[in-house]
Amino acid sequence: MSLENTPLASGLEAPPAPKRTRFEEAWRLFRRNRMALAGLVIFALFFFAAVAGLALTSGSRPLLDPSAVRLQEKLRPPLSMPQAASLQPGELPAFGIYLFGTDDLGRDVFARMLQGAWVSLTVGFVAVGISVAVGIFMGGLAGFYGQRHIRLEQLLVTAVLLTGAGLLATGFRSRGALLLVAGHAWLFWSISPWGLQRWKALPPGLGLLRKNTLMVDTVIMRFVDIMLCFPSFFLILTVVALLPASIYNIMIVIGLTSWEGTTRFVRAEFLSLREQDFVAAARALGVGNLRIIFRHMVPNAVAPVLVSATIGIASAILTEAGLSFLGFGVPPPHATWGNILSDGKRFIFDAPWLTFIPGAAILIVVLAFNLFGEGLRDTLNPRLRERN
Amino acid sequence: MQESGDIVLSVEGLKVYFRSEDEVARAVDGVDFVVRRRETVCLVGESGCGKTVSALALLGLVPRPPGEIAGGRVRFCGEELLGRDEEAWQAIRGRRIGMVFQEPQTSLNPVFTIGEQLAEPLRVHLSLPEPAIRERSLQLLNDVGIDSPGQRLADYPHQLSGGQRQRVMIAMALACGPELIIADEPTTALDVTVQAQILRLINRLQQSHGMSVLYITHDLGVVSQIADRVYVMYAGGIVETATAEQIFRNARHPYTRGLLESLPSRKKRGRRLYSIPGAVPHPAYKPAGCPFHPRCPQAVGTCRVQVPGMCRFEDTHVARCPVAAGRDAEDGCTQRT
Repeated sequence: MSLENTPLASGLEAPPAPKRTRFEEAWRLFRRNRMALAGLVIFALFFFAAVAGLALTSGSRPLLDPSAVRLQEKLRPPLSMPQAASLQPGELPAFGIYLFGTDDLGRDVFARMLQGAWVSLTVGFVAVGISVAVGIFMGGLAGFYGQRHIRLEQLLVTAVLLTGAGLLATGFRSRGALLLVAGHAWLFWSISPWGLQRWKALPPGLGLLRKNTLMVDTVIMRFVDIMLCFPSFFLILTVVALLPASIYNIMIVIGLTSWEGTTRFVRAEFLSLREQDFVAAARALGVGNLRIIFRHMVPNAVAPVLVSATIGIASAILTEAGLSFLGFGVPPPHATWGNILSDGKRFIFDAPWLTFIPGAAILIVVLAFNLFGEGLRDTLNPRLRERN
Repeated sequence: MQESGDIVLSVEGLKVYFRSEDEVARAVDGVDFVVRRRETVCLVGESGCGKTVSALALLGLVPRPPGEIAGGRVRFCGEELLGRDEEAWQAIRGRRIGMVFQEPQTSLNPVFTIGEQLAEPLRVHLSLPEPAIRERSLQLLNDVGIDSPGQRLADYPHQLSGGQRQRVMIAMALACGPELIIADEPTTALDVTVQAQILRLINRLQQSHGMSVLYITHDLGVVSQIADRVYVMYAGGIVETATAEQIFRNARHPYTRGLLESLPSRKKRGRRLYSIPGAVPHPAYKPAGCPFHPRCPQAVGTCRVQVPGMCRFEDTHVARCPVAAGRDAEDGCTQRT
């Protein structure tokens, strides 16, 4: 009989220890960091303001109309009462007061700030969502499959396809299309079962095509290095100047120029995770590669990504505000914090609230996200945990 | 000899090489062994003799590159395993061959509960509905002797002790009712009391589930407790095989004798323990002839040049040492190069 079945051992049922889930444990640590907590609170307020802003300022008859022009009420300071006699009933501001004053066209700055909050929020989240998705994918590829090689043949196919696309774009229609068709035919042939059979027994001369050239890791990580060389704000400016002005283009461009950090994090995490025993154990249980990556490894790699994503949101909001300020952002009638600031700078001495309010809002939100991100990092990183 | 239908796993001439820039490490160099139904077979040897690599090769888990299966056959229930594609391997791993690893502390994923991890093989292989998975998980935890399994399912690995974690690992290996369990030093990281419990557990489960167990260890004490038959490995090859009883009563190969000699026992009280002189050869630079000859007290001239063949001593007792056989071999030795 084994030890645990003796009456003594089973009689002494272990007292149920106070159990905490990981989340409760993290929350307990996080709560002790006051600055981070403040960041979280501001983030929550910002979130509600943005959602409320969307609800109140959109639609055909919005409760708060951010684009209602009242020329007789221009440049009113914050907290001034509207002169109701001169206004239509629909033009009255919310709560019967200009909470943040009015701008040079008599538009309610409070309503415009709310509308801009939604822009900032969506730009922050969507751009970071894109960059995290790309980052996890590229980093995972480099970390898990990094030691595999790209074959000469694959480089050639890429070259053929790129040349074809280039020819097509520059006007050599028929030649470009021919190359593209040939490239795709080659690809289809090489992955079809019939092609795979032949491929394994190539004659010696063509065998050179199967030669390994570059390591996947090298390709991805050097590409990351190249991307990091460009000053990203100017890269974004250039791209945005070429594309039609729209909020979605800005989100995508910011997202596609900020994935490098995540890629490095995820690659580093994957390199250490793939040597862990539990990955070997999962493999010995017959779990496939994809399931190992997404079910077993990604959850372990999420913590640093979450931290960099939070701080990434702050920098995406800042970038969007910068673009709007320069006039490359969301097209004018729509308000964003950046273009409120930009419109207000002409009246900085007569109406300082027009620059001060959006500026302070950007500062507070960006600061809040940074504090929250740092608090999250301290909570999730066990090595830093000891100090607090 | 038992009939061949009884054989669950047979390995013939298995070779696993690791290639690096300028050398080839022959980690496993022609290993033969057989595991029969409901049998516990121990693979014994020092660190670095190729025990673990052999086990990994049985599951197709040798990392490639740098590893490479350089030859041999592995037949499991009559099917050849080597040279299959990854999908075929995945259908066997965890489903028909379970594996238990050395380090229970790190073999469980820290971010998932025990319940989720125990469910993983059931989901992957059997695709059971959720209630059935929970029921089976509870039963498995019960089988491996974990108290209040309902609560443990919601626990994370760090909330369990080392012994409990190893029990969970065993439960995961058992989940799909495999024919063979490969246990790679499952008790090395545990203390002696827990080790004894785990060994008893493995014995009991083997009886009740009718499995075969391939138990890999360097600890002859463990071997004496659970083994039916023993294979002694040295430098990538089998040097002696016999029933556990024969090994402990009458080992033939000088290496096995050396190992037994170096075990502490009551008879040797107060005396300095024997240790085999020298060290295990590097797998890339093995000596010519018998790999053990530089450390062997009985080595003769031919040991330096000729790889010795297997010599039969008794029906179930074979050792790779003609010198030992020269005195009392029954039917000579088969020469192998």
